[in-house]
Formats: sequence, structure tokens, C-alpha cells
Amino acid sequence: MKALTFTLVAEPPERLDLSPLTPERLAGIERRDVERIQIGMSKHGSKVGDIFRVAGSDPTSIVFEGGSARLDLVAQGMRAGSVRLVGNAGAQAGRAMRGGKLTIEGNAGPYAGSGMRGGRLEITGNAGDHLGAPLVGELAGMNGGVLIVRGKAGAFAADRMRRGLVAVLKGSGDHAGSRMIAGTLVVAGGTGEMPGYLMRRGSILLDRTPARMSPSFVECGAPESVFAAIIDRHLIAEGILKRPLLGSAPHKYGGDNAVLGMGEVLFPR
Amino acid sequence: MPNMSVNGVTIDDTFAEAFGMRATAIVITAPSRKWARQAAVTMTGFATSVIGCGCEAAIDLDLPPSATPDGRPGCRVMIFAMGTDELQKQLLNRVGQCVLTSPGSACFAGLQGSAELKLGSALRYFGDGWQISKKIGDRHFWRIPVMDGEFLCEATTGLTKEAVGGGNFFVMAQSSANALAAAEAAVGAIGMVPGAIVPFPGGIARSGSKIGGKYKGMIASANEAYAPTLRGVVASELGPDINAVLEIVIDGETNEAVAAAMKAGIKAVIELGPKRGAVRISAGNYGGKLGKFIYSLKDMLP
Repeated sequence: MKALTFTLVAEPPERLDLSPLTPERLAGIERRDVERIQIGMSKHGSKVGDIFRVAGSDPTSIVFEGGSARLDLVAQGMRAGSVRLVGNAGAQAGRAMRGGKLTIEGNAGPYAGSGMRGGRLEITGNAGDHLGAPLVGELAGMNGGVLIVRGKAGAFAADRMRRGLVAVLKGSGDHAGSRMIAGTLVVAGGTGEMPGYLMRRGSILLDRTPARMSPSFVECGAPESVFAAIIDRHLIAEGILKRPLLGSAPHKYGGDNAVLGMGEVLFPR
Repeated sequence: MPNMSVNGVTIDDTFAEAFGMRATAIVITAPSRKWARQAAVTMTGFATSVIGCGCEAAIDLDLPPSATPDGRPGCRVMIFAMGTDELQKQLLNRVGQCVLTSPGSACFAGLQGSAELKLGSALRYFGDGWQISKKIGDRHFWRIPVMDGEFLCEATTGLTKEAVGGGNFFVMAQSSANALAAAEAAVGAIGMVPGAIVPFPGGIARSGSKIGGKYKGMIASANEAYAPTLRGVVASELGPDINAVLEIVIDGETNEAVAAAMKAGIKAVIELGPKRGAVRISAGNYGGKLGKFIYSLKDMLP
């Protein structure tokens, strides 16, 4: 079967909620009925058929040809299968994903991977603010899975992360890993103000000495670290990085001592 | 059936009898081969026989840096016991006292089995609250702060119920030097077989035993039929040309691993020949009624 393909015909006239277009929710639905699903989020009330040309029939492999910053909630809640977006995504791409694979070949808006619990989300371009972060009122951000941003990420990447792996390869904005509960955040290419601000536990792994740490982090030396070797090898094996990030004995800052203080920021010497 | 002779070495028409056991394996790594082996040798000390040690353990293979999870030199260590509870207890005691304490060490699962045994998930309490849990891919590690950095230990390792303990053969020679040379050749060859260990000192047992004894409470006692000094006074298995007998006891992850190890060991003894090594090879059994696994020597010939 050919991948179920949604080709964007023109720039959408309104913001779209693409959450109905996941492998689970499209299983067993006729193409005619797919085209009638309402995805517009304003008075236009656009339907799938108004925005996309639909082809193919395999809902476990979904492709969006053409992107727009108005395509919100791509693959929300996906549990299995694959979704590929060739172009940019709007807000909350991969929100609350539990499994499967989402690839965005372009930039993603704010809250990409928000509240992910599993699966793999890869963004080849840049991501907006609050990458993997909780929405207002939620207690924890990412709770599992792998989130890769090949470009830059905005502010508050991996905010309140609890489990899983976030990797940002061309630098992040301010407060990366803020309020982390646990989990692993990798940032290559530099961080902005105060990485790990108010983190309780968890690991922030950098490719260079952080420039502007919060003063509530403390120097913890640079002993030999098997963990560094394991995570370096894992990042290379997963195709996330091409060469080791930390080396065998990374420097450590411990913090944030303004809160629990059991987190760490590791970087090579 | 008459005994066979291969390359001048007589092969008794008998068989080894072995038993089902529980086994686990771990991979120990360290900054150098020397310290990986040191941790492994320490944790497998006093682990020759379940009769008195609670478990049987030894290094299975040395692993090159390319074959370990952290890219450092390592050893795969196997531990065998009669039951899961005893195996769990021995594993934690030995890793906790001998690997956690060894400089620069790290410890990983060395087996995927039908069930799991606790490893780091129990040893983590040494961290006294400072231990760190890390899930990397589908593996779960604990990082425990120690005085030279961190002890990284996988949360669990696998348990197999397919393991076999007690595969064996005897090398019988005209002098103890020749018996030792033959036994060493066998141990060297078995060392190359993955999934099989020889838990006795240097892989060799000189006090092969029979079950029970005349004194109350003895689980095992002298095997007088194979003791050369008693050749004339008991119903001896030894002919006039035999003055030393050594036993190789083999534990394996599977029936096949034990058979492969016996084949490799017997091949090495036969290749050494009767002049420098053993003149005869035999094996220990209980008549074939007790053990689930039977290894006939004539099937183990090269």
C-alpha cells in the first residue's frame, strides 16, 4: 500500500488542528470520509478536502507534502506508525506522542513534542520556544521518548522534563532544561542564559563550557565517567551525533541549588 | 564396548552426567584489562562448587573494548547456582563487595534470559540518596557516587534456566606433571568456548569426589577409586600406568555450550598426546540416573 499522502494545495486560510490525522485515528476510514474531517479552528471550519489533496491508502504511514506555520498539533497522541511532514509545522507538533515516528522536514513552532511520553520526533530545522515543555497547568513536560532538533531550539527547551532524551544540535535559547525533574537534555552549539535554571534532577549535556550559568550551580570537578562514554556511544548509535560529545572525563556543575540541587550540567574540558 | 584409542590416548567408554542449574552473566569493564580481570577474579574467588561456596563462577571470556558497552576492556563473568534465590544473593554479594569496590569498574548485564535478576537496582542503595537513575535507549542504569567518580551499573541482568552444571572429564597420566600439562591444555581450549566456564582453581580439580561418605554429614568425600595411592587397596579404576588424575568440571549456559567445551577440552588433551600429557580420558557419572544431561565421551571426540 502507498503512504497516505496529504498534499497542501494552498496556504491555509486559518489555523488547522491536524490531530485527527494520525495512524490510529485514520485506521479503517474511507478516503471520502477522511476528506470530510473538519480541521479548521476558526469560523471557516475548513475540512481536509478543502486544504489537502489526498492520495494513497496506508494510514500507518502518513505524509504531509508542503508545510505551513498554521499546521498545528501534527500527529498529536500518535502511538505507532510514522508521520512525515515535508515543510514547516505550527504549534504543538507531536504533542503527547506515545510511540511511532514523527519527522518534520522543516521548522516547528512552539511546544513541539510537548508532553511526549514515547516514540521519536525528529525536526530537521529549528524548533520554537518550550520544546517538549508542559502546557500551562501541567506538572511535567516530556515523560519519555526521543526528541531531536537538528537546528536551533527557542527558550525553555525541555522545561520540566521528567524522562526521555531531548537533543538540540545547533544551540538553544535561554533557560534550556529549566525546572527539569529528570531525563537527559543534550545541547550542541551553545546555550543562552542560565541553562538548567531551577532544575531538580536530570542531566544537561553540552558540547562546550556554558557561558552564563545561574550562580546557584557549583563546580563539581571532572572525574572519569563511564556514563559519559555510554551516552556518547548511544548518541552516535542513534544517529543523533557524529562524534563524541563529552569525552571520558567531562566537567560537572551541580545544581540548581536554589531547589533540590541534584541535577548536573556536563561538558567536555 | 571396548575402550577406544585416539592418538595413543585411551578414551573410556563412559559418559559425564550433568545437572540443570540457574545461571546469570555480567560484563565487568575497567580502565585497563588488568583491572577488569582483577574485579572479575575477585568476585569469582571462592566459587568453585555449590557444595561449599553457594555458587560456581568464573570468567567466561575476555572482551575487547570494541565488544563492551562503554568501549573499555572487559570480562564476561558467569555465575551458576542451584536456585534463583541463591543466585540472586550470590550475585549481589559478589558484585557489591568485589566489583563496586574495584577501582574504575562498571558492571553491565551479560545475558538476556527468561527472567531478570536485580543488579544496580539493589546496589543503588549504596548511593545513600545520591544515586542517579538513567534510562538510555532500552537499557536502565544506576550511577552510584564513589570515591574515584561513579560506579555505573545496569539495573538488572538476565537469568537462564537452561544452564547445565557438572559436565566433566578426567585426564589420567603417568605423572602429575603430565596430568597437569594435559589439564592445562584442556582449560586453555575451553577458555575459547563462549558460554562455558571451568570454576575450579585454574579450571582444574584434583579432589574429584563421590557423593556422601562414611562420616555423618559429609556431602562429598574422597573418590578412592581414582586415588592412585589407594590403587592396590580399593576397587580402583586405575591401571598400573596411572599415577595422577585431574578433573575438569564444566558449567555452561546451555547444553550445547557444555558439549562444545568438552569437545574442545578433550581435543586439546588428545592433541597433546600420551608422551607429554594424558594416557587416558574418563568421565564422572552416577550411573546416569540422577542427571538430566548425559555427555558420552565417544560423542565428544574430535
